[in-house]
Amino acid sequence: MTTVDVKILVIDENRIRASIIKDGLEDAGHSLVTVLNEIRGVAGQIESLDPDVIIIDLENPNRDMLEAMFALSKSVKRPIAMFVDNSDQQSIEAAVEAGVSSYIVDGLRQDRVKPIMDMAITRYRAFSKMERELETARNELAERKTIDRAKTILMRTKGIDEEQAYNLMRKTAMNRSQKIFEIADSIIMTASLMDE
Amino acid sequence: MDDKSPNTVCAGFLPLLDAAILIAAKEKGFAEAEDIDLLLVKESSWANIRDRMAIGHFDVAHMLAPMPVASLLGLMPLPLKIIAPMALGLGGNAITISNAIAADIASPKPLAEMTAREAGDQLSHLIKDRQKQGKDALVFGVVHPFSGHNYELRYWLAACGIHPDTDVEIVVIPPPLMPDALSSGMLDGFCVGEPWNSIAIEDGAGTLLTTKSKIWRNSPEKVLGASDTFAANHPTTLSATIRALYKAAEWCGSSENTEELAHLLSDSNYIGVPAEILEKPLRGQFKTENGEISQIQDFFIPFERAATFPWFSHGLWFYSQMVRWGHTDWSPEHAEQLKSCYRPDLYRAALADLQVPIPSANAKVEGALEHTQFVGTMKGQLALGPDGFFDGQVFDPDNLETYIRAQADQK
Repeated sequence: MTTVDVKILVIDENRIRASIIKDGLEDAGHSLVTVLNEIRGVAGQIESLDPDVIIIDLENPNRDMLEAMFALSKSVKRPIAMFVDNSDQQSIEAAVEAGVSSYIVDGLRQDRVKPIMDMAITRYRAFSKMERELETARNELAERKTIDRAKTILMRTKGIDEEQAYNLMRKTAMNRSQKIFEIADSIIMTASLMDE
Repeated sequence: MDDKSPNTVCAGFLPLLDAAILIAAKEKGFAEAEDIDLLLVKESSWANIRDRMAIGHFDVAHMLAPMPVASLLGLMPLPLKIIAPMALGLGGNAITISNAIAADIASPKPLAEMTAREAGDQLSHLIKDRQKQGKDALVFGVVHPFSGHNYELRYWLAACGIHPDTDVEIVVIPPPLMPDALSSGMLDGFCVGEPWNSIAIEDGAGTLLTTKSKIWRNSPEKVLGASDTFAANHPTTLSATIRALYKAAEWCGSSENTEELAHLLSDSNYIGVPAEILEKPLRGQFKTENGEISQIQDFFIPFERAATFPWFSHGLWFYSQMVRWGHTDWSPEHAEQLKSCYRPDLYRAALADLQVPIPSANAKVEGALEHTQFVGTMKGQLALGPDGFFDGQVFDPDNLETYIRAQADQK
């Protein structure tokens, strides 16, 4: 294993994503991975860790601060280059699309950095996919709950059974070219107005 | 981005008051009137704006005025050439200090009512006292190393006898985090664009000490940065964008639109701060430590006095300060190279068909106008200035090297 001695620092305020990246890098044989969830005190951390590669999420507003530290601070003496290779447009683009940026100490060979960046990009992408799926699942759950509540209201007010209540909403939705969820939502709203 | 129509212009911006011209261009239909579909993308750091311009996500962007200069000199981490074919207004920054530091300054009048000289002298006394008592150096925040904030703060401190590298500490903090950093004691003061001074003041975290407009009246702050590939490949689209922004600037500059502008900017897609807070600094109004309103002259000028004209002399002044503070070296080649950075020629070409006055010179002697002066233009008359530096110094871009030498001696 030739890559184990590369020291990697991951700065990501999203703890889950940070640990997913750490796991990925460790699986790939990088044992020297440190995760920071907040930027405070990062100068001291960088000084003591002396990382070869820093991975940071693009949404972190502190990127300007980090770059200023590299340029001005006495604690980070070595010059830092950005991304895999300044001239590698494709890699830069892939990284930005995935929402990740990295800072690499000049002189670290590209063949050693590339797999690290590729790993980070893959993991960032996987994480946003997971987040999107989670969001969809949450929405579906919320919609189902709304429909159930509306069904109960219809059953009670109209004295019909569950299947009839559902069919009524479905028919109304079809006639109005709306979603069942939207019909359910207005039933709940109307009911709450009536209650008051 | 492949499906982009030829007239789609994608622009990155940061949530700041001086993004107003871009936002008004979209919201008030000025872009549409020029057949431009202006896509505005809110970003969280200047680094992101730069990176996304480098890979072609942004055609143009709201940008710190020294950034195109730094990009051309190769001071940025990415090899990238950015030009500035237009400015996005003058002024707009202020220096706010923590209430604790403000209380240590014994001033007979509200701090915001002082001149930049008076405020700087007071701060200088305080710093010397603290040094005698062996207290820690004061920490000031700026938003980026290559920013007007950094350079005007340094210029002001130095001219008041405070060395910005040894007497105080200057750190970089993102604008929206400044008020918190001040109230938590991480910072003793900061120089930032609006609305972040007003927010710190409203939150009771700090007191306005002085403003950019007092340090250097009618000075450059943000520019429209354009990637040079976009400018070269889509000259007519860039021209149309400049025209749309010019008209938007005119709209922003009219005080009868201020209330509406504050509402537009307050949208969560833009600055996301209540309109009541935004309206005051748009009118140059700040709350003092006595709870009264102080009216700051020329605080933010979006349109008047050729506020959108990209003067060579502005770019070169930033270069002089980059050399002064060790961000780059002096060389006549650099100075020559920077002639392709700020682009009054593109500005003029874009506005040629509008019946509007445009300066006929590319550069001016900064600080030479003590009073408003009407200058020669291609069409009609144009009022410029006053544009003085608070210490009475003058920057003649033709004597760039002498100016830089003099400051090196002074430093």
